[in-house]
Amino acid sequence: MKKERSLLRSIGIAVAIIVVLVVYAFAFSVTDVNFETTRSEERLTQLTRILRALAHPDIIEYDKEEMDVEVPFYMPCPEDGEPEIEVDKSGPYIVVDPPCAGPKEFVTINGFNFIPETRGPLNFIPPSGAKLQIGNFETNSDGEFEIKTELPNRQPVEEAQIIRATARMNVGSPRLSPLAWSTIDKILETVFLALLATTFGTLLAIFISFLAARNLMEEVKSPLTSVALSVLGWTVGIGLGIQVARWIGGFSESLSEDIIVILVGILISSLVIWLIVRWAVPAEEIKQPKLSVRIARLLALAVAAGLVLFVFNFIAYLGFYIGDYLEDNLGPFGFLGNFVFQLSDIFRMITPALAAMAVGGVLGSFSGRIGQLVSDSWSPNAVKFINVIVSGIAGATVFALVGAGIDWLYQIGDLTRTFYIPAGVGALLGMALALWVTPKRALPIGSVIYTITRTLLNATRSIEPLIYVIIFVVWVGIGPFAGALALGLHTTAALAKLYSEQVESILPGPLEAVQATGANRIQTIVYAVVPQIVTPYISFTMYRWDINVRMSTIIGFAGGGGIGFLLQQNIRLLDYRAASTQMIAIAIVVATMDYTSSILRKRFV
Amino acid sequence: MLEVKNLTKIYPGDVLALDKVSFKVEPGEFLACIGLSGSGKSTLLRCINRLVEPTAGEIVWNGVDITRASQDEMLRIRRKMGMVFQHFNLVSRSKVLTNVLAGRLGYVNPFMSVFNRFPKKDIDLAMQQLERVGITDQAYKRADELSGGQQQRVGIARAMVQEPEMILADEPVASLDPVLAHTIMQYLEQINKEDGVMILCSLHFLDLVHRYADRAIALNEGLLMFDGPPGEIDDEKFKEIYGKEAERIG
Ligand SMILES: Nc1ncnc2c1ncn2[C@@H]1O[C@H](COP(=O)(O)OP(=O)(O)OP(=O)(O)O)[C@@H](O)[C@H]1O
Ligand SMILES: [Mg+2]
Repeated sequence: MKKERSLLRSIGIAVAIIVVLVVYAFAFSVTDVNFETTRSEERLTQLTRILRALAHPDIIEYDKEEMDVEVPFYMPCPEDGEPEIEVDKSGPYIVVDPPCAGPKEFVTINGFNFIPETRGPLNFIPPSGAKLQIGNFETNSDGEFEIKTELPNRQPVEEAQIIRATARMNVGSPRLSPLAWSTIDKILETVFLALLATTFGTLLAIFISFLAARNLMEEVKSPLTSVALSVLGWTVGIGLGIQVARWIGGFSESLSEDIIVILVGILISSLVIWLIVRWAVPAEEIKQPKLSVRIARLLALAVAAGLVLFVFNFIAYLGFYIGDYLEDNLGPFGFLGNFVFQLSDIFRMITPALAAMAVGGVLGSFSGRIGQLVSDSWSPNAVKFINVIVSGIAGATVFALVGAGIDWLYQIGDLTRTFYIPAGVGALLGMALALWVTPKRALPIGSVIYTITRTLLNATRSIEPLIYVIIFVVWVGIGPFAGALALGLHTTAALAKLYSEQVESILPGPLEAVQATGANRIQTIVYAVVPQIVTPYISFTMYRWDINVRMSTIIGFAGGGGIGFLLQQNIRLLDYRAASTQMIAIAIVVATMDYTSSILRKRFV
Repeated sequence: MLEVKNLTKIYPGDVLALDKVSFKVEPGEFLACIGLSGSGKSTLLRCINRLVEPTAGEIVWNGVDITRASQDEMLRIRRKMGMVFQHFNLVSRSKVLTNVLAGRLGYVNPFMSVFNRFPKKDIDLAMQQLERVGITDQAYKRADELSGGQQQRVGIARAMVQEPEMILADEPVASLDPVLAHTIMQYLEQINKEDGVMILCSLHFLDLVHRYADRAIALNEGLLMFDGPPGEIDDEKFKEIYGKEAERIG
């Protein structure tokens, strides 16, 4: 019995070994492993050439000065024997031996008194003045050289011709070559691209990470009435928000001609907002106020929110003015003006989105509360009846929106298929759901949101930024902006996942304790969750910034700007000296980044 | 007045943690809850402020059935119930004062509190409560720089700034040494006697129960085994509560 088992075991091991060998053999053949190519003569010379080029990065250059040293030379020798040639030995001079010779004959050229360690071409100059290069010289440490070279094949002439050695010397101090300058320019672009991607990715990821944290979302449960109503509330709210933002945007644009109007508008609106908030949001409330008071407060807050949009728009226009002014008047610091300008543009762009989220959030939570109230206080049958209606409408809305999305993507343009059928199916599904669930049961809606968020994050994260660049390049054109957007998107997904895992690993005790004081959900997050996650968040952000710098060096390969763009160009052009410069720049930046981030991490964590 | 009627809790996996538990607590009473580990003490206390959702039964407090309260109502009910924990449950990276002010979250304007803005009067109240437990000088330290005994005082201060009508204390002294245990229990006693706050406190040591509680209830595997003055827990009762093999110590 025992023997049999050990025999089986050995056979198993043998089979496993064979399988592993086969797998590797297959891997070798698939990857074309062929070490013979690595040794072939021709490849090795190529490799040597490239490695030498890489070892001579194009970074520093000098001003060059040339000095010609000439000696007369006869080709062929004159009839009356070898000529006497006078040389001035006070400076550098050359001696040709023999001093005359026929075409294609060999002569030895000696140079004396040159500056040590210089180099340059040797030319044969016929009477026509053309330069025929016959060799290169390089002086030794005594300033001398000796070269044996072949004379060119020229028609013989009687008069003296010239052999000229041109010594090239570096003069002045070394300076960065134009290529080094453009490399610095691009490496800065790279670093800032990574900075922007990290910043915006982080901001979004912080928000999303709470939605993707199981321990927070699991507790979010609502009865169907509340879920359906808040879906409707959100949808209507988002639409309304965008509409309101557009309307206010148009209105403020019409007022934006005059900078005085803008300034006064900002001041007055801010004051009014402040007054409203002071009145409508009391510091502490022991008793719940009357319904009429609460409604009045709500309305006042709505006005304040509208004014906030107004102020946002005006601030954006003010930013445009300031940006323009700075750009025209700051000279070399004009980029600050552009910065203000672009920030203002971001401001103006996100205002509708903010409005949509705000109005959607308010209406969504408001209608959700109404649903909760109905569900809590009505009889089960009445709740079931209401559920069938609202859940039917909510289902129809969601499916109709999905249908509209599909229509937009595939341009079907057929209302029956993209609107009526989805809406009908959605309504039926919604009603079926309402009939199926027990009327007052709290549904794990948080877990549903959690699952959806996680799935989206995983899908987004699994695609490399290099691939996103391709899409963004189409959208915003080749350049660093496309790169920043692509990196930012990937950063958001990757960080949101890492962050949410941190949220999941917090201690539940403090969370419970804060909940037990009667704190609402947001307060609980701010007081019990945030303090526990700040440090890991910082450390993950730093880690990501590291990755982004690395990533941004190659994002240019796909058109995303930064140094990768130059590097790829130079590699294609076989300009390895230039490529080498850029690789060195990348190495320096990445190493510096590594070093600083490790220092910062030590300090913060 | 708090009246618990037929309270039952079944955890997922069919764990019956509370089995039709009924009892009453008068305002201003100091009630101790005893029982073996796993007998359902924590579950009982947590059902009262609905950190744990009860499965069945009623908890009537000031005429309101807590088990039926909506989420909003529950926030308003919770702010009148302070809770003190065995492991203190302070937010260790926050300042002591912030931890105490967290007790005001149910009262203050949610918007301002998100930016860590509290009314002056709340900060004064927090400092006052810290003074009461004798650790004013620690107010601006990080909570995890404090010793266990100091942390539990912060826990009590946090419960007290809620201006509670009831304090739920779940084994408040189980992770402290005996001397500290008495200090902490004396604070609770003081709160009970001076401020008339009702206290429900689960305890492991009978001598603490005798010394501080007006009345005791005992749980065994989710069943209420005893309800009466601590003095009535004789050897026979003791065996019923703690099992036949249990020996009385202390
Ligand atoms: N979240 C939970 N899920 C499932 N079962 C649980 C959960 N919490 C507690 N229980 C079970 O419920 C029973 C009562 O637990 P509880 O924590 O109330 O006991 P306890 O009296 O407080 O014990 P201790 O003195 O150790 O704190 C135990 O059997 C426990 O295993
Ligand atoms: Mg317990």
